[in-house]
Amino acid sequence: MKVHEYQAKEILQRYQVAVPKGKVAFSAEQAYAIAKELGGTVVVKAQIHAGGRGKGTFTDGFKGGVKLAKTADEAAEYAKKMLGNTLVTHQTGPAGKQVQKIYVTGASSIAKEYYLGIVLDRSKQMNVIMSSTEGGVEIEKVAAEAPEKILKTWIDPLLGIQPFHAREIAFGLGFTGEAFKECVKLVTALYKAHEETDSTLTEINPLILTEDGHVLALDAKMNFDDNALYRHQDIMEMRDFTEEDPLEVEASKFDLNYIKLDGSIGCMVNGAGLAMATMDVIKLEGGEPANFLDVGGGATTERVKNAFRILLSDKNVKAVLINIFGGIVRCDVIAEGVIAAAKEIGVSLPVVVRLQGTNVDKGKAMLTESGLKFAVADNLKQAAQMAVASVK
Amino acid sequence: MSILVHKDTRVLVQGITGKEGSFHAKQSLEYGTKVVAGVTPGKGGTTWEGKVPVFNTVADAVKAEGADAALIFVPPPFSADAVLEAADAGVAVIVCITEGIPARDEARMKAALKANGARLIGPNCPGIITPGECKMGIMPGYIHKQGRVGVISRSGTLTYEAVWQLTECGLGETTCIGIGGDPVPGTSHVDALELFNADPATEGVVLIGEIGGTSEEEAAAYIKANMKKPVVAFIAGQTAPPGRRMGHAGAIIAGGKGTAAEKMKALTEAGVVVVKSPTELGAAMMTALKA
Repeated sequence: MKVHEYQAKEILQRYQVAVPKGKVAFSAEQAYAIAKELGGTVVVKAQIHAGGRGKGTFTDGFKGGVKLAKTADEAAEYAKKMLGNTLVTHQTGPAGKQVQKIYVTGASSIAKEYYLGIVLDRSKQMNVIMSSTEGGVEIEKVAAEAPEKILKTWIDPLLGIQPFHAREIAFGLGFTGEAFKECVKLVTALYKAHEETDSTLTEINPLILTEDGHVLALDAKMNFDDNALYRHQDIMEMRDFTEEDPLEVEASKFDLNYIKLDGSIGCMVNGAGLAMATMDVIKLEGGEPANFLDVGGGATTERVKNAFRILLSDKNVKAVLINIFGGIVRCDVIAEGVIAAAKEIGVSLPVVVRLQGTNVDKGKAMLTESGLKFAVADNLKQAAQMAVASVK
Repeated sequence: MSILVHKDTRVLVQGITGKEGSFHAKQSLEYGTKVVAGVTPGKGGTTWEGKVPVFNTVADAVKAEGADAALIFVPPPFSADAVLEAADAGVAVIVCITEGIPARDEARMKAALKANGARLIGPNCPGIITPGECKMGIMPGYIHKQGRVGVISRSGTLTYEAVWQLTECGLGETTCIGIGGDPVPGTSHVDALELFNADPATEGVVLIGEIGGTSEEEAAAYIKANMKKPVVAFIAGQTAPPGRRMGHAGAIIAGGKGTAAEKMKALTEAGVVVVKSPTELGAAMMTALKA
């Protein structure tokens, strides 16, 4: 689960990570009031779930999702231009994302920018803290062009962060004196926040040294482990549904794993691996999958019905391919669900069904005798070919 | 021969009185697996299905019934505890089916197991089966057939697809191991490859991978240096968009890394027969074993 910058900073502050003062605003009036309260120059930052905001452009031509405002009037002016407007960055895709809230923070005088990030290193099966003197640029770019500029510090999951880890990072970034102490404190607090909130990615880019010698997290990004949200009610409440695809939100209500894609063949499959493989086979046969959809192990009539409804509400879908390997779940039970769902929803598009596994013959016979126009395939390759042919 | 589980494996089921645990324990028992004990805290002293004794702790089950493998059906918040309890009781093979365990718990669990020496399979996996001998998991038993090929996979139903082909073409399987779709698996592709490489009955290995992480790349390096048997592979997610989690917690292309293309390239360079479609796995293994 993703959160906005202002929410990430709210969490980080609870762990004593130093961030610039600021508040979220939903209107130009609020932005004005916050800027007045902060005093002096402020930064107005569009809040969307994507990076590259500063270099982004709004669809009406207005440039920059991060703006420096010298007065409260100027802050209100920028807020007005951003709110309700759609921001396109290199991470949003060409459609961009609508800005519904902005973050107004005090401006910091930057002496130097750094990078700090924490992720799980899957190969070593432990978290790694990445730090770099190359702040303010994408870390993937640094990793590709100058990997020697990234310092990696691995943390044992049973021991957690130790003082020497934090010192190694602060020395590595070249801090001295009071700033060194502040950096050690910030790194330690940041790791604690990452660990205790079950974050999967905590990124400070840039971390800054101010001209008066303080170390601050100027930006913050946090993603959380969906599997751990049950123990973080406060974070779960931060979920912003407007940032997600409405069909995906709808699917998640029924515990369906659905991801919308751009093709024309809707897929309904049991199991994530088989669902991905089904998309691959469609592509291999010359078609384009419209989605990833895993109906899970217990594909009941109710689940199949909701899956059908969600698939069909994507207007790009011209045919549906159902691929089920009945294991513990019997094919006849699945066929029953598919027939009931198709009858109730009134499916008019071509539907290709491929069943395999337990009670496959009974399942196939039920589909053929249902009076509905299902195309029944014997194997995955044939099913994909039939689905592709039906949309051409 | 087989790897890890066989006809004499004595299985205890943690969470045997729950809905999932009970259903699958019954299936395993019907398959012929020696399900010797169940563990549900608070229900010790009772019997399950009138024949299998239930214990309060894994240690009790090990002591009383000589259980040497654990099959876990415990909800995500309690899974790590269940795995650690099994390891602490000296259980050598631990299979965790549960999906949805937090990655932090998995990393801690894995680190603790390294010191203990127990073998964890999963979490978030279909389990492990040695056809005709021992079924520890949720896979449909009847699609398997005792035979010549080892199967390693990060997926559930996609594994059944591969197994079905191996059974249909008459090759059959030695052992099929589902390593699971989570970011911190207890057993990696490499771990499973090492075991199959050393198993005299296994003549070839089907390896199924998917996007995310570097497990397949590590497998490629191992195969290049050590593998004495033909390997046929399929990587799911060739058409998956970057940055999106494809159902499995571990199936995500992050920061441009973990793509199917990279994995297929690494495996091909290691001499693996990489098929573009899972429908070709059985035929490719037939060809590989004839060569």
